[in-house]
Order: sequence, then C-alpha cells, then structure tokens
Amino acid sequence: MKPPPFDYSRPETLDDALATLHEVGDEGKVLAGGQSLIPLLAFRMARPGHLIDINRIQGLDGIHLNGSGTLTIGALATHRSIELHRDIGPRCPAIGEAVSQIGHVAIRNRGTVGGSIAHADPAAEWPALALLFDADLRVRSHAGERTLPARDMFVSYMTTALATDELLVEMQFRLPRPEAGTAFVEVSRRHGDFAMAGAGAVIDIQDGLVTDARIAVMSAGLTAVRAGEAEQMLVGQEATEQLTTNAAQNIDSVIDPLDDVHGPADYKRHLAKVVTRRALQTAAARARGESA
Amino acid sequence: MTSKIDVSFEVNGEAVSGSVEPRMTLADFLRDEVGLTGTHLGCEHGVCGACTILVNGHTARSCLMLAVQADGQKLTTVEGLESADGTLHPVQEAFSRHHALQCGFCTPGFLMNVVEYLEEGPSTEEKEIRERISGNLCRCTGYHNIVLAVKELAERQA
Repeated sequence: MKPPPFDYSRPETLDDALATLHEVGDEGKVLAGGQSLIPLLAFRMARPGHLIDINRIQGLDGIHLNGSGTLTIGALATHRSIELHRDIGPRCPAIGEAVSQIGHVAIRNRGTVGGSIAHADPAAEWPALALLFDADLRVRSHAGERTLPARDMFVSYMTTALATDELLVEMQFRLPRPEAGTAFVEVSRRHGDFAMAGAGAVIDIQDGLVTDARIAVMSAGLTAVRAGEAEQMLVGQEATEQLTTNAAQNIDSVIDPLDDVHGPADYKRHLAKVVTRRALQTAAARARGESA
Repeated sequence: MTSKIDVSFEVNGEAVSGSVEPRMTLADFLRDEVGLTGTHLGCEHGVCGACTILVNGHTARSCLMLAVQADGQKLTTVEGLESADGTLHPVQEAFSRHHALQCGFCTPGFLMNVVEYLEEGPSTEEKEIRERISGNLCRCTGYHNIVLAVKELAERQA
C-alpha cells in the first residue's frame, strides 16, 4: 500500500506547470488535492512516471458568484470551501446537497473541484453538477487555451476529453434563476461512502408550467449523464407527482449501471430512478416555493 | 527517478526537516522519520481515518498526502494535544472519562477530527455528531461512548 516511485515537480506558476506537462507527455499526471490519485497510486492502479503538483500555483482557487448566476470556480478550490461558502448553498441547494455528500470533512478539506472533474469518476458529484449546470470548462496548455462544454468532457470511465498536456484551470457553472428549484439526492450504504446512485435536478416553473427541466444522473454507468428525453417530458407540462415519476422511469436509455459488491445492476437501475424521482419532486416543490 | 527532495515544516510547534523520496506519504514520514508514532495507519488509502492529523488547523488524512506536500505547513498530531505538563486536552479527557476507546488504535484519528469539529462550532444533535465521525472507523466501541464524549464536549461549548 505504498505508491511506486515517480519523479515529482511542484511548479510555482501556471506557465511552468504547462511547460512540464508538455515536456513529460504521457508520463505526466497532475496532483491537485490527491484524495483520489494517492489511493490509486497506493493500490498501484496508476503508475505515472511524473507527478506535477499544482498546489503552489497562486490564483487557481477562486470562487465567485455573480448577480446573473454565473458561478466561477478555480480548479484548486476545495469541496469544503464551496460547502462553507455563504451564498452558494442558499442560492443553489443542489450544489450544497451534493458537496456535503462528498466523502468526509477531512477529504473535503483537501479534495478539489477541478480534480474531481478531471478525474471523471462516474460516482463523483462534480461531474454530475458540471453537466447539470452546463458548465464551461476553461482548459490551458502550453500552446493556448480553449473552453470545453461539460457535455463534451466525460468520454468514458475516468476518461476525459483533456489532452495529456492540458490542465483544467477554471469552471463556470450557469445557475438557473433564483426562483427555479434545484436538488441533489444520493443513496449510499453509509454516510460518506461512494453513492450507489445519485441524481441532480433543476425545475423552473412559470405560470404553473415547467419552463426548464434538467436531470443529471451519477453512479449509474461509465460517466455521469444528462437525461434529455426525461427532461423533455416535463417541459411545458405541470410538474405533477405522476409526471415526475414517469419522467424518472424514462432515464433507462441513458444509464447503464454494472453489477458490483454494492449490488446487482438491476437494483442500481432501480435506485437511479428513485433518486431521480426524489430530486425532481424536491426541485419542483422548491420551484413552487414549498419548503422541501 | 527517485531523487530526494528537502522538506521542512512545523509539527506540534517544533521545526522538522528531512530529505524524502517524493512517494513517501506524510504518515510514513511522521512515523518513521520524525518518530511520532501516535498517528496510526489503518487502511493506507483514505478510508479508515486513523491517520487523521491537522494541517494548518484543518483535518487531513496523512496517508493521502505526500511528505513533500507538507513543506512549509504547520501540522498538529495527536502528540501535540496534551499540555507540556502532561495535562490531557479536553477532548482526550472526555474520551477517557466516557470510556470512548477500547483498543485505542482508531483514537488518534477520532481526537483530531473532534478537535476540528469543536473549533467549527459543533452541533449537539446526535445525528450530526454521528455524521461528523462517520469518516473514522472504530471496530471496538460501537461508537456509542464516542458519541457521548463528543456530545458532552459540544454541549459544554453551546
């Protein structure tokens, strides 16, 4: 249970980090909070030749929520700093609920938002939140910068669209208007364990009808996913208990849970629908101004 | 491949320095190089919480940090809790009085977690307390007396 040998550098500037990433190529791996990477090293499931520790780079941990609902988070902002932020939880309950279910406090103190998204674990909360809030991911390399929509980021199990010389530096989440309802629901065997299923939802209601519906499901396949068909069932309709239940049943086509030690695939498929229904109904209740 | 890197940091108020392989975890450095064996290693992959220490006042699992990452930081381990004259920290005293430990292996991690919890303004609700300690595994006590100790500490602060 000890990491294998690797070279290590801890650049002080972003430019130095990007130059090193370019130089070491496939051998390189970025170390941010390390709460997923260090266990992978300890199990020797990952054997990078060179770790690039980005923790000394200043200015990558900013958190800014502006008046029009754009939440900008630097890659090195910790889960805990989002959880304890005065405005984010009240403005967007789904984020507060999701973040408080990431591991335990000691993990959230060190784990980072950018690290979670770049790691792309299907059982992690931030990839699902990035999809739910149509995040734009700002990515840098020695050659330049590009913006990657979250929907193009998650390619497969722990696999992203980032090139080996690219570094995720900032995420912009587009929060719905404050009147919309949001919620994030998970089921896990014990508090802080990886979720057996999780779902985030956004429901906006105007004049009694749904104007915006979004569903992101995690821990139910190779990547977190949006459930577009189920979302479309809701738009233009009344968010009744029956309709939200039917919509949650309709996530089948986008999820593909696998059997594992926590349970068979059928059971996890069932759970994914249950958490989707609960997230939709809580989000709808919040959109109607009911306390939920 | 394995050239050593110089590190220096503060542990329990004292300066510590050394030269480490990058792959050495902070937990191993504290135990094997500094000689502070109060920090226990259970799972070595961030699940059991036994190796929890404070880094700049906040809990961290020392098996999930590399020793090189502690460079320039202020660390507190379980050895740093009692006073110079041997008086137990209030958290240690409460654990002792409530018999909140049996074999004691997990205890250092629990203590560091609870120290941070009390700093943050703890809840006195059992549900909240149980949630807060859920990242530390104990195979002896069934948690009951640990919850009682934390509840009393939280109530004293309320």
